[in-house]
Order: sequence, then structure tokens, then C-alpha cells
Amino acid sequence: MAMLEVKNLSKNFGQLSVLKDISFTVEKGDVVAVIGPSGSGKSTLLRCINQLEKASGGEIVVCGMNMLEKNKHGKTVYASAKTLRDIRLKIGLVFQNFNLFPHLNVIQNITEAPVRVLKQNKADAEKTAMELLEKMGLADRAKAYPCELSGGQQQRVSIARALALNPDMLFFDEPTSALDPELTGEILKVIKELAADGMTMVIVTHEMAFAHDVADHVIFMEGGVIVEEGTPDQLFGNTANERTKQFLSRYNNA
Amino acid sequence: MTGEEIQKVFMILLEYLVPTLKIFGFTLIYSIPLGMIVALLKMCKFKPISWLTNVYILIMRGTPLMLQIIVAFYAIPTLKSSPNTPAVIANMLSGVNIQGEDYMFNAVLFAFVLNYAAYFAEIFRGGIESIPKGQYEAAAALSLTKTQTFFRIILPQVVKRVIPASANEVITLVKDTSLANVVAYAEITLKAKQQMQNYSSLTPLFIAGAFYFVLAMVLTVLSSIIEKKLNYYK
Repeated sequence: MAMLEVKNLSKNFGQLSVLKDISFTVEKGDVVAVIGPSGSGKSTLLRCINQLEKASGGEIVVCGMNMLEKNKHGKTVYASAKTLRDIRLKIGLVFQNFNLFPHLNVIQNITEAPVRVLKQNKADAEKTAMELLEKMGLADRAKAYPCELSGGQQQRVSIARALALNPDMLFFDEPTSALDPELTGEILKVIKELAADGMTMVIVTHEMAFAHDVADHVIFMEGGVIVEEGTPDQLFGNTANERTKQFLSRYNNA
Repeated sequence: MTGEEIQKVFMILLEYLVPTLKIFGFTLIYSIPLGMIVALLKMCKFKPISWLTNVYILIMRGTPLMLQIIVAFYAIPTLKSSPNTPAVIANMLSGVNIQGEDYMFNAVLFAFVLNYAAYFAEIFRGGIESIPKGQYEAAAALSLTKTQTFFRIILPQVVKRVIPASANEVITLVKDTSLANVVAYAEITLKAKQQMQNYSSLTPLFIAGAFYFVLAMVLTVLSSIIEKKLNYYK
């Protein structure tokens, strides 16, 4: 069963059409990289699937649950509030700017949702959080506040925070764009480890070498449409698509 | 004035510190929660409510507090006695007791609370709106409910951000309580004025000033302690 099915998804901001007729599927264990120039709709796509933006049309199915569908009058409708909540718990989201809660320390950032949303008891939630921090190499920073951490450390905390809800799928919205090149590596390493563990992931990124390396499937978007998709070797190796070629050549020359 | 007289005046003013602090304390107790509600009403997406709230804030901030105290104090007596007041309103007011300390205190407090709630509302609104959108989105992505997001994530950050501006208002309020003397509410400033005439000396006014100064100092120290306590994160 596909973890995520998106069919003919569209999104308009007023007159502006940001996503047009987007369709793709993510299978369990897939690592999908979404690449493309700025403003191509990559982030909006993730945000629509994560319910941070309201889609204008199309269908979205997450883990077999219909999130967005057409009713019998052909109108696009969202699922019930309860289903939407269930679906949201299936997907973890990591932001470009981390968005950690500055007034909570690292362990509180990670345990807040498991305790409040999943009603875990505090000791269990903290135990899980410490295991996740261990994995992120941050066990010694559990009591630190976000402002005391480097950007790379903050991003690793935010990945741990998303994982603490035990999602089936993890979305990354340009996870390294706010980091300098030296810190980028540590985040990419974490994502690679998650991929090795079999985590299903959708990653919006500008790191082409990384996308080539870690992804099973690459989607190239521009102007709100999927221009081309395929295996990394197809896209990065010998694409026949002129636009993809042109976009990638800028990275190869850089 | 002799040392003995100064001591006597000091004791009188000390006694009238109580009504001063009563206005101060009750104004804070009522105007801070009311200010929070007004701030939320102003941010309400239903336009007529946000518009009406804005008119209220504009009037409260655009007219002198002293004038507002006078209006609050004389509105009911004037409406009761004026022949032009519609019978419905006159009937409604006929039972209201307009004599005595209680009426005076309530009228003065009413003006202070409405005035300070408007100022606090603007401070709180600024604080709430200064929280980055990403905080709401992170909370939503973690499936926290709207209520959990507001009380667990947003409000604690707002409190830290509004402390300096609120402390400023609180210190201003200590001194503003002296405006209550305009309707003869017996507090420190009114009593100092009486003692000044009594002894034909400015000394009582200086003693009154010292009271306000000490109160303001205590509040300043208190606010910087709170600010430091909340400085564990940036």
C-alpha cells in the first residue's frame, strides 16, 4: 500500500496558481527528493499535505486514509476533523528555520507533543526523547535551550522532536537552507541514517549531490508542475528533458 | 515645620497610602485580564467586533484619564438629576446610591480599569502578533490543539515580551492614582494638599512625593528581577 498518494493536486493563492495538477506516489521506505528553483511550489506542496495550507483541488490519501477527495457533487472536500488529526500524526515535519520553542529546553521541546497529544506519561516521553537525542549525538544538550545551540544542533533537535511522535513518514522542508555549509553535513548525515533505518521521507532540497546520493526517487518541479520525475540516475545522469538539464547544469558548474 | 509636625504628617499620609494602593491594586487585578480579552477582541476576524474594540481603545488613549475620572464620577448623578434624561434611564439609575466612599471608589476604579485595560490591550496585542508564524506552524505540525498552542507555546513567550512595556504601565499607574484627588477621593495627594494648607508649608507635598518615589523604586526593582528571571532564553 502506498504511504502517500497525491492526485491532481492544485493550490491557488487568489488568482495565482501555485500548484497545478500535481500527482505522485510515495511507497513505504521511499526517500523522495523534491528539487526545483525557488518559487516552484515545492514547499507549498509539503505544506498542503501537512495541512498548513488548504489545497484548492485534487485528492490526497495518507496511509489509506482519504484526507482530501471529491464528493459526489464533484466538490473537493476535506476529511472530518478527527481523520485530519489522525493523518497529521502519521507525518512529521522538519522546517527550514527549525521552529523550536525558545522557552522550552531541548528535552521539553521533544516531550511536549508526546505528553500533550499522545498522553504519554512524562517519564516515558523523556526516556524516548533521550534515546532520540542519543541517536542525534546530542544527549549532553538535553537541558540546553535552543538559543544555546548551533543551527545544526537545533535542526537535529527538531528532527528528534518530529520523530518523538513516531510518525510513519517524515517531511523535510529545505532542512539545510538556513545552515552554513559546515553544518549542512551533520544534518545530511542524520537524514542518511534515517534512510538506512527504512524511514519514509520526502525531502525538499537544494543539495543536488545529496539528493542524488540518498533519494530513491527524484521529482523536479517548476512553476507549480512536476516537470520530470524518476530515479536519481535518470534525472542527474542523462535526462532528455531540456529544462531539467538546464536547471541541473547550474549546480554542476558551481 | 517642626520635626514633630513632620512626623505627624508622615503618619497621616501613611494612613492614606491604603486608598492609594487600593486603587492601584484593584486596577491591576481587573485591567490586566480585561486587557487580554480586549486584545483578543481586537484581533477578532469578525470586523465589527475588532472595529468597535478599536474605537474603545482610541477613546481611552485619546482623552485624558483625569477627564475620564470626572466623567465616571459625575455621569450617574448628572443623569439622575437632569430633566433631559429619558425616563427609562432615570428609573434605572434611581436606585443607585451616589453617596459615600463606596460610590466614589467604584467610580474612580471604573475609570482606571477601562483606561488601563486599553493600554494593556495594545501591549498584549503587540506581544501576541510579534510571535513568529513558525511557532504556530510547528505546534500544528506536532498536532497540538489550538488551546494547547496558545497556553503552552504562545502565551509564555508573550509574557516575556510584554514584561518591560507592562512594567512601564504599572509604574505609571502608581503615579496616576494621584489623579483620583480630582473628585476628592481621599488618597495621599489629596491629604498632602490639605496638610500643605494646614501648615502653610510645602513639606507635606515632598513627603507625598517620597511615597510615590519609593513605590516606583520598589516596582522598578521588582520588574528587573522578573525580567532577569525570564532571561533564561532569548
